[in-house]
Amino acid sequence: MRSDRFKKNASDALADPQLQEALEGVRHNFVGARARAAENLSSFEDLRDNARDIKDHVLDHLDLYLEHFEKKVTAQGGHVHWAATAADARQAVLDICRKHDAKTATKGKSMISEEIELNDFLEENGIEPIETDLGEYIIQLREEAPSHIIAPAVHISMEQVREDFRKHHSHLPEDRPMSDPRSLLLEARGILRDKFLSADIGITGANFLVAETGTSVIVTNEGNGDLTQTLPRVHVVLASIEKIVPNLEDMSQILRVLARSATGQEMSVYTTLSSGPRRQDDLDGPEEYHVILLDNGRSSMLGTEFQEMLRCIRCGACMNHCPVYHAVGGHAYGWVYPGPMGSVLTPSLTGIEHSSDLPNASTFCGRCEQVCPVRIPLPKLLRHWREKEFEKHLSPSSHRYNLRLWAFLAKRPRLYRLATSIARSGMRLMSFGSGHIKFLPLAGAWIKHREMPVPESGGFFAQYARRGLGS
Amino acid sequence: MSASDEILSKIRNAVTKGDNSQNRTRIVQERIANHPAGIRPYGHSDRTEIRKLFVEKAEAAAASVAICDSGDVERQVLEFLRQHNLPTALRMGDDPRLAEYGIGKNRLLETATGVSEGADEVTLSHAFSGAAETGTLALVSGKDNPTTLNFLGQNHIVILKEEDLLLHQEDIWNKLRDVYGEGKMPRTFNYITGPSRSADIQQTLILGAHGPLRLHIIIVKG
Amino acid sequence: MKEKPVVGLFVTCLVDLFRPSVGFAALKLLEDAGCKVQVPMAQTCCGQPAWNSGDRADTADLACQVIKAFEGFDYVVAPSGSCAGMLKKHYPEVFQQDPSWRERASEFSAKVYELTSFLSDVMNVTRVEADTEADLTYHDSCAGLRELGISAQPRKLLASMPGVSCREMKDCETCCGFGGTFSVKYSEISNSIVSTKTENIRSTGASMLVAGDLGCLLNMAGKLKREGSDIEVRHVAEVLAGMTDNPAIGASGNTKRNS
Repeated sequence: MRSDRFKKNASDALADPQLQEALEGVRHNFVGARARAAENLSSFEDLRDNARDIKDHVLDHLDLYLEHFEKKVTAQGGHVHWAATAADARQAVLDICRKHDAKTATKGKSMISEEIELNDFLEENGIEPIETDLGEYIIQLREEAPSHIIAPAVHISMEQVREDFRKHHSHLPEDRPMSDPRSLLLEARGILRDKFLSADIGITGANFLVAETGTSVIVTNEGNGDLTQTLPRVHVVLASIEKIVPNLEDMSQILRVLARSATGQEMSVYTTLSSGPRRQDDLDGPEEYHVILLDNGRSSMLGTEFQEMLRCIRCGACMNHCPVYHAVGGHAYGWVYPGPMGSVLTPSLTGIEHSSDLPNASTFCGRCEQVCPVRIPLPKLLRHWREKEFEKHLSPSSHRYNLRLWAFLAKRPRLYRLATSIARSGMRLMSFGSGHIKFLPLAGAWIKHREMPVPESGGFFAQYARRGLGS
Repeated sequence: MSASDEILSKIRNAVTKGDNSQNRTRIVQERIANHPAGIRPYGHSDRTEIRKLFVEKAEAAAASVAICDSGDVERQVLEFLRQHNLPTALRMGDDPRLAEYGIGKNRLLETATGVSEGADEVTLSHAFSGAAETGTLALVSGKDNPTTLNFLGQNHIVILKEEDLLLHQEDIWNKLRDVYGEGKMPRTFNYITGPSRSADIQQTLILGAHGPLRLHIIIVKG
Repeated sequence: MKEKPVVGLFVTCLVDLFRPSVGFAALKLLEDAGCKVQVPMAQTCCGQPAWNSGDRADTADLACQVIKAFEGFDYVVAPSGSCAGMLKKHYPEVFQQDPSWRERASEFSAKVYELTSFLSDVMNVTRVEADTEADLTYHDSCAGLRELGISAQPRKLLASMPGVSCREMKDCETCCGFGGTFSVKYSEISNSIVSTKTENIRSTGASMLVAGDLGCLLNMAGKLKREGSDIEVRHVAEVLAGMTDNPAIGASGNTKRNS
């Protein structure tokens, strides 16, 4: 958790040319792809409305859908574990591993796993976690956190991957082909193929939990999630409680906006529905099936002004379109969830005291809300966090003082005009006859990077009154 | 108090807002039982149109598609293998429909059955259905079509009967309910849209990640 | 003939402080379009700095001040998508929990428009007659674009001017990085965002940058100036009103346009 160091993190990110180059790609690839996908489906905007309404309905009836889901899973021979905290969820995973004397666990991409810091915990307990999503695999080798919720290694260059593979795959011939992304991908595929086949436990996340059928669903492109959950004896699903949908039809409504918003695909390559363990006739599939339902602060968001955040389906569109994310990347945000959704969620789950910069580091440009498939009013929720900070006196005292003074004046138009006319004259003086100001008290941060244009002489109202027009 | 009680009572306190619980329960039960369909994006009704849409979308997702009569399926399989210089050997499930097409009968193809253990160049499955809206195949687990065949082969060939091809996911859900019963599912249900892929290295899209490098669909006209 | 609509001009604090000529350009455009325009003197700021700082109490006080001063007009028009967005979209939110003001705020908000959209959509202006000569590029300010849907209106009005040609910049809908106090609190990030923006502006080869919000314009003008660019930066109202004789934003007094 390094969200309290956002400014420093951002500074470092801005000074990292390799990261800046990677972010250039984010700016272009995701934005264009999502726009084309939205344009190619005439009902896309209506589907967004439906997706929003489905999630709202679920949140209002979350207790009942969760109970139904549990009943269905149990009836199919699966196991449901409820975890109020991250520690509870970690322990539940460990207990399952212990029961099966597991030494290795392959893992599909799961943000919940990142949230509960499962990998470190498993390692401490003698179980080797193996990330199998290519991006997650790369950052696991590098001992880094993901910088994007659907493209975890988006900040890393091909050259860096090559170096990592040389270092970690030292048993492979020195002169093997490594010159392009394809050869690196095939190398990882080969290495991970063996891991899939020998793992004791497979751990995946879930994009949906379907109450109607007691089904967990993963949406992926690589096929690693499927190999993770099909080959080992035990499949463990990590899911947060808000992933529930009432029925298959509701899931389809949301699927139609999910991939289109995320990568611009109409459907991701693999959408896999899992319902319990291997059946009598089955020749493959896990013998045990466990779902761990994680709360970890989410139920405390229900019924508050932040409830709408729980509609989030983790597509990443908000960060893909965020000018601040584009500038600093995901690591600057300091925790698992970056970008606008993270700036709302992180304070909700970890406390605003530790992440006070996040809601403020937004220009409120509104592009995140414009593209959110479930229409979460992200700027409004960020503003709510600013209100909490203001109430709790968490915002810097200099800022509060300036705001006080300004508000005092702004409520008194005559006094305000006097003050602004003094400010205007001062600024004109500081310009020394040029069109802009190179030095100005209180505006150092502005002037460091740009000129301050000089005001025209005389305020609007003074000129207007001189013309005898004032009303 | 158990963890589930703790979580559920927190949720209940936050969301019920004085609504009587019977009413809430009824709403939830009805939504699950009636599973009302939302927006279905396409209006196609004609079988040929649906097939055309499926082919267009599947090809856009980088799958290859062949269409043939039921007597010609094996020849289409061999044609795909020849095109890509693949051995004339494959692994498939026990699906009786595959036997009906005579696959492996003439010894032009060496066939193995059962689960894949990761060394198969070519695997063959029979689809449960397909959704034309996105060129997506629907496959169900079971001894007829083990799930490992969908993911462990380097090349995956899937046979889809034109009569099983539907327009939307909602149509497939109804077909599933007809076969498995209300609220019931096979252990694994796979939607597959094109071959596996990744863009995790330098945002460069590469086909063929952990799953098959190629996906070939043979549509059998009914 | 229908009676002239009476418009209250919400000048905005930045126009009052930095660039009154934008206010007079708006005044001229509204009068040319057939409106009777009044400017209440009891106006300062829409309250957005307080609103975006989480200070609801001061926001509500300032909103009351604005509503009282303007609710008698047929329309309220501001030469800023950001301030108009505050008045139109956020005032009802400010008073959501306040039954005594909620309705009054909603009625007020229904009458609020940003200048170019008011001219186009309400007054049905399709041509402006000013003889400004400009080879310009237009930046869509975020609040106007996304809160009020303003994109086509200013472009149409500019395109109706015989002397004006417009070249679209790449990512014209991407934020310039201003964001009010954001530009000072997170000045390095803001600088990175505005640098991308000015690069896109310069790549068009246009000699003038036009936008509808003074905050964004000050930011982009300040950056362009720092980069040594001589691209003229102006508010869309100045161009539409043909009032481009005064120095451009951030330009010194002795480099007047020679058009």
